[in-house]
Amino acid sequence: MPGLVGFARALRDAGVGCGPERVQAYLRAVAEFDAAEPSQLYWAGRLTLCAEPDDLPRYDAGFAAWFGLATSRPSPSAPQQRQPPPRIAALTPLESGDGEGAEQPPLRAAASDVEVLRHRDIGELSPAERAHLRELIALLRPDPPRRSALRLRPARRGELDPRRTLRALLAAGGEPARLRRRHKARRPRRVVLLVDVSGSMSPYADALLRFAHVVTRAAPASTETFTLGTRMTRLTRQLRQRDPEHALTAAARAVPDFAGGTRLGEGIKAFLDRWGQRGAARQAVVVVFSDGWERGDPSLLGEQMARLRRLAHAVLWVNPHAGRDGYVPVQSGIRVALPHVDGLLAGHSVQTLQELLSEVRRA
Amino acid sequence: MGWAPMSSPNELATELERVGYLADEGVATAAFLALRMHRPLFCEGEPGTGKTSLAVALAQALDVPLVRLQCHEGIDAAQALYDWNFPRQLLHLRALEAASGGTLDVDEAESSLYTSRFLLARPLLRALEQSPCVLLVDEIDRADDEFEAFLLEVLSENAVTVPELGEVRAEVPPLTVLTSNRTREVHDALKRRCLYHWLEHPSLAREVAILRRRLPGVTERLATQVASAVRRLRELELLKPPGVAESIDWAEALTALGRTELDTEAAAVTLGTVLKYREDAERVLASGLDAVLAR
Repeated sequence: MPGLVGFARALRDAGVGCGPERVQAYLRAVAEFDAAEPSQLYWAGRLTLCAEPDDLPRYDAGFAAWFGLATSRPSPSAPQQRQPPPRIAALTPLESGDGEGAEQPPLRAAASDVEVLRHRDIGELSPAERAHLRELIALLRPDPPRRSALRLRPARRGELDPRRTLRALLAAGGEPARLRRRHKARRPRRVVLLVDVSGSMSPYADALLRFAHVVTRAAPASTETFTLGTRMTRLTRQLRQRDPEHALTAAARAVPDFAGGTRLGEGIKAFLDRWGQRGAARQAVVVVFSDGWERGDPSLLGEQMARLRRLAHAVLWVNPHAGRDGYVPVQSGIRVALPHVDGLLAGHSVQTLQELLSEVRRA
Repeated sequence: MGWAPMSSPNELATELERVGYLADEGVATAAFLALRMHRPLFCEGEPGTGKTSLAVALAQALDVPLVRLQCHEGIDAAQALYDWNFPRQLLHLRALEAASGGTLDVDEAESSLYTSRFLLARPLLRALEQSPCVLLVDEIDRADDEFEAFLLEVLSENAVTVPELGEVRAEVPPLTVLTSNRTREVHDALKRRCLYHWLEHPSLAREVAILRRRLPGVTERLATQVASAVRRLRELELLKPPGVAESIDWAEALTALGRTELDTEAAAVTLGTVLKYREDAERVLASGLDAVLAR
């Protein structure tokens, strides 16, 4: 018995989220077999201690290591193999920034400065201004978009509500009472944020992830965030934490490819295969934050954007450079993606991010 | 009345095979433990790996009724648990009113309205009333997360309370199978109370056996060809890799056309039974059907 508990503890250390309740179930399951064969021991644990496909390879490895038995079956082909120790990558380097930005003396914060800062390009701020910017982002109040739900709610107008009408009728002793009505309720529409964290976007990555955190906190159940770089990473879980610093640290740990290359097409394909097609992108407002510098094959990106457009309710593309004067969408990625998006927006300043929020709401 | 005694997963697997479901060791152990530990079984996996048919087969093998609750967006207690038959209640009330000649006793009228006569039992309540039975909660990921909390309550108590009537409790907890396609992460609290099983596509030999079992008219040769072609299709990066249901459809279509062999020409005309996206069909045709059929 202690051996089994120790095994569960070793699994927990390996990242399988098995709490005491699961361990208890595990012990009960093992007890159901008279003399547990290795394969029954294997299945008893796999059925009770694991909770998602990602747990299975970890469980198999842990089982082999603890009991010294080879697992009886190959682990399922995980859609994407996880690299066990995630590298801790800094978000945007605060000091380095851009050359001239770092040398500027920090601005004194005054009411008027706030207004100025709202319109400044995030990529060109000094460290002190960046610190101030975080507060500005944290103050954004996103209002999640809504769609009509299947469920009906009591309302002043709409179709007849027999249940409530009947109750009113009964209360009046069977006399005709006022007719009660009901109407479709409104529910938050899903919002999916796809944030490009490649090298060319690194001045904006920190601000955009903070922005994603604010949006996630406003509607945690209906917001999904993924980063795109050389690979795709899901950050939804990390960003659901209340504290922005904790959330951002967790996010930095989870993303292995900060400031790397860009393979947008493959990233969006991975997102659609693993999440989007199954439901995450369906009827959602999808926002892609990227400058559109695609290292991979642009035709793949075009194909995947078309697929995304068919699944989603609306697709918005946010390009920080689009806010600059004289911007022409010439980057290979933007050119192929543009036919499949509902809007190309700027996202280089707090002001434009706020405009983005109202655009998402309206979509 | 209780569950038929099962002494080992193998015995359950034999029973399942009797009704035409070929369970591997994992599935048999999962179902066996769910029965013995009175825990719901949470099945996840690619579409077409036999999650729903497992529940159907379990009901047949254990010789108990199957109660199915298909989840969808916006499903609520009235659709899952019970509802009052309002039109009938209204008619009843009118009839009472007419019969009483204007001297209707409100209290009496109301209590006569809320009896089991006017109660519409929806799947969850039906399962609790009929237990032992197999309760299939299909595609739980499609329901809203509020619904999960509600389901959790019913599953952990094995009882529901209808305020006007009292508590309905299952003497023997129903064998509950929940399925999910992972379109959304189901809440941990629900998963924690369940056994978790990830179903995979069956091995080649098992898939051949399933085909032979489901379609007695299919020859061993054709079944092997279809199963290995489908395996190769699953390895291609398709939008919707074919499941077992698709390979059964494919073999059935070939048999209906009177084919005894899967050749390029036969595959080309029946491709629509396995690939359900135009892009997938184009991709397979572009890479060459021969490569898929190669043996």
